[in-house]
Amino acid sequence: MSAWNEKYEAVIGLEIHAQLLTRSKLFCRCPADFHSEPNTNICPVCTGQPGALPVLNRRAVEMAVKAGLALHCDIQERSVFARKNYFYPDLPKGYQISQYELPLCLGGFVDMAVDGKKQRITLQRIHMEEDAGKLLHDARHPKVSHVDLNRCSVPLIEIVSGPDIRTPQEAAEYYRTIRNTLVYLGVCDGNMQEGSLRCDANISVRPCGQKEFGTRAEVKNVNSFKYIESAVLYEIKRQIGIVESGGKVLQETRLWNSEKCETRSMRSKEEAHDYRYFPDPDLLPLVVDKKWIEEIKKTVPELGPQKARRFVADFGLTEYNAAVLTAEKPIADYFEAAVQIHNHPVRLSNWILSELMRELKDRGLDVTEIKTTPKQLGSLIDLIEKGTISGKIAKEIFPEMLNTGTEPADLVKEKGLQQVSDTETIEKCIEEIFANPEEKDNIAKWRAGKTNVLGYFVGQVMKATRGKANPEKVNEILRKKLG
Amino acid sequence: MRIRDLQEKLEKKKISSTEATQNYLKRIAAFNPKLNCFLTVCENEALAAAKASDERRAAGRTIGPLDGIPIGLKDIFVTEGIRTTCASKILENYIPPYDGTTSKRLKEAGAVMLGKLNMDEFAMGSSNEHSAFGPAANPWNTAMIPGGSSGGSAAAVAADLCAASFGTDTGGSIRQPAAFCGITGMKPTYGRVTRYGIIAFASSLDQAGPMGNSAADVAVLLNATCGFDENDSTSLKEPVPDFTQSLGKDIQGMKIGIPAEYFIDGIDPEIETAVREAAKVYEKMGATVREIRLPHTEYAVPTYYIIAPAECSANLARYDGVRFGLRDKKAESLMEMYTASRTQGFGPEVTLRIVLGTYVLSSGYYDAYYLKAQKVRTLIKNDFVEAFRKVDAILTPTTPTTAFKRGEKIDDPLKMYLNDIFTIPVNLAGLPGISLPCGFSGNGLPIGMQLIAPPLQEARLIQLGDAYQRETGWHLRSPVL
Repeated sequence: MSAWNEKYEAVIGLEIHAQLLTRSKLFCRCPADFHSEPNTNICPVCTGQPGALPVLNRRAVEMAVKAGLALHCDIQERSVFARKNYFYPDLPKGYQISQYELPLCLGGFVDMAVDGKKQRITLQRIHMEEDAGKLLHDARHPKVSHVDLNRCSVPLIEIVSGPDIRTPQEAAEYYRTIRNTLVYLGVCDGNMQEGSLRCDANISVRPCGQKEFGTRAEVKNVNSFKYIESAVLYEIKRQIGIVESGGKVLQETRLWNSEKCETRSMRSKEEAHDYRYFPDPDLLPLVVDKKWIEEIKKTVPELGPQKARRFVADFGLTEYNAAVLTAEKPIADYFEAAVQIHNHPVRLSNWILSELMRELKDRGLDVTEIKTTPKQLGSLIDLIEKGTISGKIAKEIFPEMLNTGTEPADLVKEKGLQQVSDTETIEKCIEEIFANPEEKDNIAKWRAGKTNVLGYFVGQVMKATRGKANPEKVNEILRKKLG
Repeated sequence: MRIRDLQEKLEKKKISSTEATQNYLKRIAAFNPKLNCFLTVCENEALAAAKASDERRAAGRTIGPLDGIPIGLKDIFVTEGIRTTCASKILENYIPPYDGTTSKRLKEAGAVMLGKLNMDEFAMGSSNEHSAFGPAANPWNTAMIPGGSSGGSAAAVAADLCAASFGTDTGGSIRQPAAFCGITGMKPTYGRVTRYGIIAFASSLDQAGPMGNSAADVAVLLNATCGFDENDSTSLKEPVPDFTQSLGKDIQGMKIGIPAEYFIDGIDPEIETAVREAAKVYEKMGATVREIRLPHTEYAVPTYYIIAPAECSANLARYDGVRFGLRDKKAESLMEMYTASRTQGFGPEVTLRIVLGTYVLSSGYYDAYYLKAQKVRTLIKNDFVEAFRKVDAILTPTTPTTAFKRGEKIDDPLKMYLNDIFTIPVNLAGLPGISLPCGFSGNGLPIGMQLIAPPLQEARLIQLGDAYQRETGWHLRSPVL
């Protein structure tokens, strides 16, 4: 079976909705927290009571502009909120306040790499809009639905990419890149399970070499990196199948079913809805002047890719390690704090990427939640570098450090775990081992040239010293002894 | 000067607020059945507020000129805990969970709210015949309509069922009924009075405004309600003057313009005569009167009847039976619930405007209608900008006819729409406008004249209106009930 991309090309664009981490909703002072009891974070404005009016949340604008700046967009000095009109029980006003003809940001791009190949995906626009509420359906009562308006009017930005994505992997990587940027900026928590980050994919196929786009279908709510690859791949193959059999791809909206691993048409949405957009007369045009943009620009932190480049240049880390280390800002910050105090960047970064991240995963903790401070981790690495303890011992005491937040030096002292490096003690230990009649054969093996016996003796010394002997020293002395 | 007179009596302890309120409640009980001005009478709340006012006065803590004054609010103002219907079946039992800012400000000024006043459903109408709870009647001749949509508000003031009232004006809904009922009513500059708590009809046109028996009373009411509200993004931050400072001033040297386009065929000749007489009164007082042009006037009504329905179609989408208001409980599906609730809940005029508004916003028609109408709106606004380079205020008839018979125009929407031909341009341009009584027709019906000023010049309108009312006595006449 030939690969789908031998004869066909896929054209993919993603629309990503991200909830902004503001304290209040977009047009009222209700807390933007929808984990509370249903319908407790509501007011006349976000429930669309007669006579209520929207007032724009300035912080939301700042966060949206911040996102636009980080994604290299052109921030529009003047943008306009528009009403998007349709009826649904989770939409109290019967319209969503969004932006249509004049969005906050135009253009933009992200740079990413898939399989080592560098790529730039353009953005078309970013605009601000309010979220809708949630509908909860009761399986026991199919004719009843419950409406929770806590989420109504929570601020969103919608990020629309250009039709530049060509493969399922690229789609996942683009989604990942956007997510990382937004989380880095602190404008979104990037939680896909809870819906603070959502993604719809527009997908079409065309024979290789054809200039015109094929008919595109929209696949909604593909909310994890894994699903986006599967869903996009499924849809590409589905569309190719239709085209090959002489059919026409329908312009429609489809839903990804992760259990059945397929996309299904959303019959209820039918043809393109006429939203009758018009500028919202309750809101003034949004003016973001150059001065404000400059102020916001100052709050844009160094982003992941930039940080990674710096880590390679300043700390001599590999590109790969730098990339993984800077993928999450709290981890990168932790590393930098540690390396400022104890300058062992390579060993420190390796430790974080292996020991620390594994512990975090096992404990289900965030790096900001652990008891061990960056300084303490740095000290631990320092102890290894200085030879005070072996790497093995360090790994042993690390979990306890995390449990108690104890200084590694104190733990080492308390347990008497200092590495044994002095020649006399090691020599004495070796002599004791060699004195053992059971070792005669092994000594003979060494003399006979079986060099792997060395490892065995090193192990015996380690055992006798309960792991505290300095393995390099043991090696050195053993070689001398054995000759 | 009903408010001022009453305030004086209260100060001199000739009457208490409780007594004044009780008097009004008695009058309402006696005359409301025939006039149907009040949809809801708040006897308990009113008496409680009156009592509180009397106690404040006794303790020397009177709040201001509105303390203890009984007023009515058009049933379009959201009042916490008090049924607010907008004269619609869809809100027949709606009890708002919050107070709109105007209602709050009036409470804080110590005013006594007697009740909620009848209107055309969702403010759409010019005769108060489109109320789901029966038409209101004109106190001057109860076979006639009082005008609309603030018909109940105008009639209640004319019949002295309250000292003053508040209405709203989107295309003339304060000024036209004020003219038909022989009272003084003002629509302030767009953005002067908050829209937070006014059930929205057309967001870019709606304004709340006072209705009283004199410019002097209107000044007091403006003082209590104008000014920035952080809950309304279209609320103006401009400082608000003390409008009572504009009373008792002469108008020597003021320039008044009369637009040729407002004296057209079809206007009642008695009205034309009365308005031209009023112009002479102004000349006698030292103003100069000249003719001006407002060339795009003829496009105002069609422009309005595209923009207003468009905005209303979106504003009324929230009445879907989900969270409040009428819901058809027999419906079996979501779509059925939506259509049944809204069909049952909305009257024919509201339905007409929603459908019209949806059409002009729809794909393929937006540019030709809505967008085009907004552009024409700018031309109409610019007519006024030009005119105000030459004059300080513009004088026109408020309406082309006097009050008409109930049932006469109800079947002809276009005929009904032309009632607002002189008032609509003012809303489109966002300007302040006032209607003052300036005469009576041969069959005893009031005639109103309209004064229009540049943005934020309500003070000028009070000054001109009050000057006229010091010279004439039309506003002092009352109907015999």
